[in-house]
Amino acid sequence: MAQAKSQSKKSKSAKSKAEDPELLLRLYEQMLMIRRFEERAGQLYGMGLIGGFCHLYIGQEAVVVGMQDAIGEGDQVITSYRDHGHMLACGMDPKGVMAELTGRADGYSKGKGGSMHMFSREKNFYGGHGIVGAQVPIGTGLAFSNKYKGTDRVCLTYFGDGAANQGQIYESFNMAELWDLPVIYVIENNQYAMGTAVKRASAETLLHRRGASFNLPGEEVDGMDVLAVREAGAKAVEHCRAGNGPMILEMKTYRYRGHSMSDPAKYRTKEEVKDMREHHDPIENLKQRILAAKAADEEGLKAIDKQVRATVTEAAEFSQASPEPHPAELYTDVLVEGA
Amino acid sequence: MSVKILMPALSPTMEEGTLAKWLVKKGDQVSAGDVIAEIETDKATMEVEAVDEGVITDLLVAEGTEGVPVNEVIAVLDGDGDAAAASPAPAPAPAKAEPVPAAPVAQVAQVAQPAAPVSAPLPDTDIPAGTEFVEMTVREALRDAMAEEMRRDESVFLMGEEVAEYQGAYKVSQGLLDEFGGRRVIDTPITEHGFAGLGVGAAFGGLRPIVEFMTFNFAMQAMDQIINSAAKTLYMSGGQMGCPMVFRGPNGAAARVAAQHSQDYSSWYAHVPGLKVVSPYTAADAKGLLKSAIRDPNPVIFLENELLYGQKFDVPKLEDYLVPIGKARIAREGTDVTLISHSRPVGFCLEAAETLAAEGIQAEVVDLRSLRPIDFDTVLASVQKTNRVVTVEEGWRFSGIGAELAATITERAFDYLDAPVLRVTQEDVPLPYASNLEALSLPNAAKVVEAVKQVCYV
Repeated sequence: MAQAKSQSKKSKSAKSKAEDPELLLRLYEQMLMIRRFEERAGQLYGMGLIGGFCHLYIGQEAVVVGMQDAIGEGDQVITSYRDHGHMLACGMDPKGVMAELTGRADGYSKGKGGSMHMFSREKNFYGGHGIVGAQVPIGTGLAFSNKYKGTDRVCLTYFGDGAANQGQIYESFNMAELWDLPVIYVIENNQYAMGTAVKRASAETLLHRRGASFNLPGEEVDGMDVLAVREAGAKAVEHCRAGNGPMILEMKTYRYRGHSMSDPAKYRTKEEVKDMREHHDPIENLKQRILAAKAADEEGLKAIDKQVRATVTEAAEFSQASPEPHPAELYTDVLVEGA
Repeated sequence: MSVKILMPALSPTMEEGTLAKWLVKKGDQVSAGDVIAEIETDKATMEVEAVDEGVITDLLVAEGTEGVPVNEVIAVLDGDGDAAAASPAPAPAPAKAEPVPAAPVAQVAQVAQPAAPVSAPLPDTDIPAGTEFVEMTVREALRDAMAEEMRRDESVFLMGEEVAEYQGAYKVSQGLLDEFGGRRVIDTPITEHGFAGLGVGAAFGGLRPIVEFMTFNFAMQAMDQIINSAAKTLYMSGGQMGCPMVFRGPNGAAARVAAQHSQDYSSWYAHVPGLKVVSPYTAADAKGLLKSAIRDPNPVIFLENELLYGQKFDVPKLEDYLVPIGKARIAREGTDVTLISHSRPVGFCLEAAETLAAEGIQAEVVDLRSLRPIDFDTVLASVQKTNRVVTVEEGWRFSGIGAELAATITERAFDYLDAPVLRVTQEDVPLPYASNLEALSLPNAAKVVEAVKQVCYV
């Protein structure tokens, strides 16, 4: 906040870029893809085609889409189990992601990982981790490998407001700052750790200040505004690439659905959710900006929606047509063979 | 009144040391707190302070004398005090509750006596005939293995508490910082969960980390990263992403460090698919297996033993000595009973085999070396020859390595058994501190002899 002057200068230049129609439509399409994909995943879960835990990303789309647009080729991404949106944003094939959700042979993990455990070396997506907070030291280690190898790549390490209370996060903050590792800690503060509101679990609710005792700078970002996310992301990436060490971005966001499919979400009011959907929806917000900037008209946006729906339908059909993994797969991939 | 100054124990496992330097001479007046001598152990050089005042009337051990046993009288002081006249100066203590303060030494020696290899290990069939052997400690063998692999592969690095500037809490990484620099030999904060996870991420990022735990007791804090992240990711990613790294450090009981610092994790890690687990006894195996572990594309748990670090063995002098993971070693041939063990208790088995030989029982000793996978072919071949089995391990009995061996031998060689498989293990209690209780709790050669007599019905 003390740097308001330079910030406003930068946001001005970012804004002129932000009105770039191609950029607006790209972000719109990516957010819509995640929304429609997750809606379909929810349906398939209801039909019994997806089992186990399934954590939907609906409402938080601006975070991952804005951040992904701020990084470049070879930068890494790692997150928790609420990971479908991150994978799509990384450019992973919706068919392979959906087929993993249905536990089929053509899934990214051959059906052996499921919703919470998917990876793509090719797209630099390092999971998909089921234990709250465990991905944070790992992401710090990916950043360590970048520095060790002398590259200027950065690692986006996502975690939620719940994970922000895990001890290993602070062990990671300490080492990352101590060794100037190129890692951006993206805290997706969706206000609830399963059913526990941030203020009921956190003595310090301003999560971007959690790095203070490690001299680790942090910033709060409107995580419902994809352009604000993108701008903050670009600044953080620049900070990291220049060798200035890690940074925290706290994204204030909101999930519309329950923690997982089995969560009735009794811990918050229907009015609260309704207010977020009606007044703060990231996709609707961007739509209004697109229309205002005349980057596209209603017809143009409908065409995008139609195309996205077709892609999702194709993924859903693929995920049901793909066979279950062959029984012989039970014993593969336990160890790297030939060692 | 004259007071005897004794060779002090400067760590729980120290049994002897070098009297490097006297800082006083006969006739000198000393006060409590004066440094009177420097003692070198295999881990460090430490100063000895007088704890009483008086005149030095005799120096009984010359400067530079090696192998001075703990508790030997090294000097005599004529003073008024009535206590022991010298004690070690406070060591530059490792940050953890790492073994440092001296214990009643005579008793320690009795419990911690490293079993000398009573019979020369049988030659390894993989070593070419005519190979020269050099004697070295397990500590040196481990250090050489890491140094050789770091020279060979730029992506190998070592991280852990006190591995760099302190040269290793147990001096295993001695000299590595000098040779490879701070980029590749990295002191971590005391943050096991964090740096184990960071190591996993570095492995995912294409490096080959060696993560040292000061002891595996502290790795319990890192267990989630080791099992959920390192061991399972290859499977959960459908084979896309493995975790080529080594977690290593001392495992099991040292001496008089009690329950929280004395645990044997062999069966804990051996339980987990996706890990390889190695636990050598000799220096040659320590070297050859650690080199194999560093090159392995999978996560390897490398369980060392503090009491073996200073023990010397013959190591083949070869350019690139590798011992394959998953191959046991016949440490002694015999016909009447098979003793199956790993790590330090292999020494108990060899000692027991000598005793038994004098009584006409020829014991075969199988040193497992690897615990996941276990070399059941070697185990079963021996069982088929001797028809009697005793397993020996430092861990607890319940769901231990011996339980797994007994179950598999029963499944696959039932008809060859002439007696039930017996297990010699640590007693089913947290390891006690008191010297006598500690000795009662741990396995030893006498317990092995007793078990062999039971399975041989003599």
